[in-house]
Amino acid sequence: MTEMNNDDIIVCRDVHKWFGDFQALCGITTTIARGEVVVICGPSGSGKSTFIRTINRLEEHQRGDIIVDGIKLTNDIRNIAAIRQEIGMVFQQFNLFPHLTVLSNITLAPIWVRKWAKAKADEAAMELLERVGIPEQALKYPGQLSGGQQQRVAIARALAMQPKIMLFDEPTSALDPEMIKEVLDVMVELARSGITMIVVTHEMGFAREVADRIIFFDFGKIVEQNTPDLFFESPEHDRTKLFLSQIL
Amino acid sequence: MEATTETVVKPPTFFGPVDWLRKSLFSTWFNTLLTFLSLWLLYVVLRGALTWAFTTADWAPVTNSLKLFAVGQYPLDQMWRLGVIISMICFLMGVSWRLWGGTVRTFALAMAVALGVMALMPVRMDLTLRLWFLVNPALMALGYLTGRSPAVKSQWVMLGWLLSFVATIVLLSGFKGSALLPRVATNLWGGLTLTFLLALVGIVASFPIGVLLALGRRSSLPVVKAMCVLFIELVRGVPLVTILFMASIILPLFLPDNLRIDRVLRAMTGMTLFAAAYMAENIRGGLQAIPRGQEEAAKAVGLNGFQTMALIVMPQALRAVIPAIVGQFIALFMDTTLAVIVGLVELLAIGKTVLQSRPEWLLLDTEVYLFIAAVFWVFTYSMSYASRQLEVALGVGER
Ligand SMILES: Nc1ncnc2c1ncn2[C@@H]1O[C@H](COP(=O)(O)OP(=O)(O)OP(=O)(O)O)[C@@H](O)[C@H]1O
Ligand SMILES: [Mg+2]
Repeated sequence: MTEMNNDDIIVCRDVHKWFGDFQALCGITTTIARGEVVVICGPSGSGKSTFIRTINRLEEHQRGDIIVDGIKLTNDIRNIAAIRQEIGMVFQQFNLFPHLTVLSNITLAPIWVRKWAKAKADEAAMELLERVGIPEQALKYPGQLSGGQQQRVAIARALAMQPKIMLFDEPTSALDPEMIKEVLDVMVELARSGITMIVVTHEMGFAREVADRIIFFDFGKIVEQNTPDLFFESPEHDRTKLFLSQIL
Repeated sequence: MEATTETVVKPPTFFGPVDWLRKSLFSTWFNTLLTFLSLWLLYVVLRGALTWAFTTADWAPVTNSLKLFAVGQYPLDQMWRLGVIISMICFLMGVSWRLWGGTVRTFALAMAVALGVMALMPVRMDLTLRLWFLVNPALMALGYLTGRSPAVKSQWVMLGWLLSFVATIVLLSGFKGSALLPRVATNLWGGLTLTFLLALVGIVASFPIGVLLALGRRSSLPVVKAMCVLFIELVRGVPLVTILFMASIILPLFLPDNLRIDRVLRAMTGMTLFAAAYMAENIRGGLQAIPRGQEEAAKAVGLNGFQTMALIVMPQALRAVIPAIVGQFIALFMDTTLAVIVGLVELLAIGKTVLQSRPEWLLLDTEVYLFIAAVFWVFTYSMSYASRQLEVALGVGER
């Protein structure tokens, strides 16, 4: 069982997931290397969100193994807590905490989970806001920001826990077109910084630019995975070709 | 989304009171007619009411029984305890005013003015009592000055309020055999003090119980969930009067003889449990209004279940239901009058006692009940005013 390569930060073996009788994931097997940037695409309802949500246990898988940075995901609360501290997640709908200021949104987890002193957390949060380009919004509330600004705060909030892995679930799908770029720019910078990223997105420009690998999902299975060049130039499966013809 | 850019075009504004009058009262001939009609009605009603209040009405039962209305049969020689309690509250009000300002200031000022008015009231009153009324605003000022010290932190003041609540109950009841603070049996407690105490204990205790019940009802543990649902639905299916009866008459039948719970305490328990069931449903409504994404985001950043509830979900849920909760507090405040059924002499019951105390007062019920209604109104209106201010204060940054 422990033939795990230390370069692999996420290992999924034959992962299955059912919602009632409906099977959302049908045997996902893949490994993701440290520092790899993986883009997941596929038609609506193909299980992309479900898959990345099983990685930090927002959804529970019912069969197979998921091992994150050497820790196996089980029902053990300590394992789940440990894994969640290693993984940051960015949601389609931002999910910022509306009753807290931007700064408090970011410092909340470092203070309560990592037990940092407030001053230290504030300082780190300001650095992150600097990095995503909106330090001047620190004391506003999420409801006072534009969608693009909110999503950048959400990225900063996820980064505040200094995760080894970042998960993105369609981070630009809820944004107006003119705001997509400002979020993608942050994500490109992040991808180049060497952090491991799994990004569910239909932004093929982003995939082409920074992805190491593209995984194509359909009906809860991995249909095809390849480097961006090969994926776009010579897709193997008809399903992939059809999908690419629809979105490109 | 709010526009944050500065706009050059100013919104249209009225230019003065005359414009305002024309715009809002006399814009059309029909509105003008309505305005005059309303003014005339107002004049007739007000003139009638004021004439009655200042000429026909006989306020003797009220002015001669202020002590009864305030504390019921509480022994006169122990009244100083109530004085200490009010002074304590005045001091804390002063500190809180300095620390939090805003609505607290409004209330502190209202309280100081009320005390000042009482000191100057044209009724028979001890000089010491008059002086004590005047000392309290001074204590408030002292509290205000204390609050200026940087050493005074919000947490300490909150703790102070909580302790003052405990101190109030200890002071009022005293200790058996103590020379300084002899026990005052609760059947001597009464009037506005008892009304306040019933409401305050109900509010303070029902809130955490309600939160726990609401959480229990959403629990994934079937036994906990079933028990909470059972409790909530049972209590909500029964009138408060029934619960008060059960608490004060039926409950003691089941308890062993040596475990006799005090009458007031029994009524408090009944009212608290009643309020808690409704509170639970209000809070559950708030919890349901919070999108699932909030909980997921909290978990994703690593918060545990308790932290997610306490830092993310509950604050938002409570904020969403402040109006409902305060409405319930107000209802609870007025429901304290039902305690008369189990023999407690709260404010309303004092009214009856006063009316029956002298034959020549028997027919003055209008005056007495109007007075009681006015007292209730002052406090319920203060509560709803405070609630609106709280909503505004907490609404910062919401869309
Ligand atoms: N909580 C749930 N209960 C029942 N079915 C669910 C639940 N969540 C997802 N599903 C189903 O599982 C399937 C996969 O959903 P998922 O959200 O992973 O799709 P997706 O690939 O992310 O699609 P999209 O591009 O629309 O976001 C869908 O058919 C969906 O209806
Ligand atoms: Mg999805």
